[in-house]
Amino acid sequence: MLTKKVKKRVSFLSLLLIFLVLGVFFILKSLTSNILYFKSPTDIQLSQDIISSKKIRVGGMVKKNSIDINNQEIKFIITDLKNEIFVSYRGTVPNLFSEGKGVVAEGKLKDKNFFVADRILAKHDEKYMPPELKDLMQNNVK
Amino acid sequence: MFDLINPSKIFLWIEKLINFINSIFFILLIIALTFALILSPPDYLQGDSVRIMYVHVPSAWIGLASFTVIALLSILSFIFKIKNLNLITKSIAPIGLLFTCLAIITGSIWGQPTWGTWWAWDARITSMLVLSIFYVLFILAHKLIEKEDLAIKVSNIIAVIGVINIPVIRYSVDWWNTLHQPSSIKIDGTSSIHPSMMLPLMLMLLVLLLYCALILLMKYKTEIIRIKKKNIKRI
Repeated sequence: MLTKKVKKRVSFLSLLLIFLVLGVFFILKSLTSNILYFKSPTDIQLSQDIISSKKIRVGGMVKKNSIDINNQEIKFIITDLKNEIFVSYRGTVPNLFSEGKGVVAEGKLKDKNFFVADRILAKHDEKYMPPELKDLMQNNVK
Repeated sequence: MFDLINPSKIFLWIEKLINFINSIFFILLIIALTFALILSPPDYLQGDSVRIMYVHVPSAWIGLASFTVIALLSILSFIFKIKNLNLITKSIAPIGLLFTCLAIITGSIWGQPTWGTWWAWDARITSMLVLSIFYVLFILAHKLIEKEDLAIKVSNIIAVIGVINIPVIRYSVDWWNTLHQPSSIKIDGTSSIHPSMMLPLMLMLLVLLLYCALILLMKYKTEIIRIKKKNIKRI
């Protein structure tokens, strides 16, 4: 069954696959900063060259007890548990936006600690459960 | 070795299988939909929009699995030149495209109330879009190239190139920051989906798989008939 032709085709396919994997790997590697949908507050603290006129996305968790709503804007803090960034936003927020949950803010940096958002997206985690169970867990914590 | 899937012998088997699936499909569909839409609880955070997941997740799985199968069969077909395998890949491709599109569309409908946007260019969603483009290319290769040998060769190569995308889709949520949440069901079997929601998810997966099998068998039958009409005795 393994004639010369078959062996030739096997080596052609394996070479093709190896080069493809390497090629895709290098492309993805070089594009990493573009593929990232959002930057964490730590990324922003560490980065040297942040142009404040460019639109970026910052993501993380809404810090507990940090949401401050007045009639003009919503202020809150995005944290990744290491660094924090203040965010101010005018407009409506999605239903799932709440304290302790994931959030992605789109907008411009004023400086490394202050971010002006023009769009807020809520990030959902991978947990799914019925509401009764959630209540039960909260009672146990108390 | 491939006597079992010899097209002329398998014709009767296909007929029997189609009848069998037809007889149980609608009962299972009604059971699964009852669980998914009525009996399962709403989510603590998303409320009733969690029910979109019962279509979205199995569709995405089937979209990925179909392409993996197409790629494996294409590799075998390319190496050993078994034409019968190409009939199978040709029959799977439209199903895979359908379910990939379904996953993208249901995901978009879910994203609007949950994330607050219909579409985001994050790694998971974009790589799913790339998958659907590969399906289209694969199908187009068969439709547009008239010389059959060339069409088979080109489609095989497209499948091999496209299969690189599959691990990228699978691990996109772990490798990069994405808006899409990480997998709820891990490879080691643990899951962060409550059992009362896991049951309808698995039922829907079963129903959609049966639907795939049904369409696959019917498409495969059509392909065989097409070949028989051309009076090609040996395949």
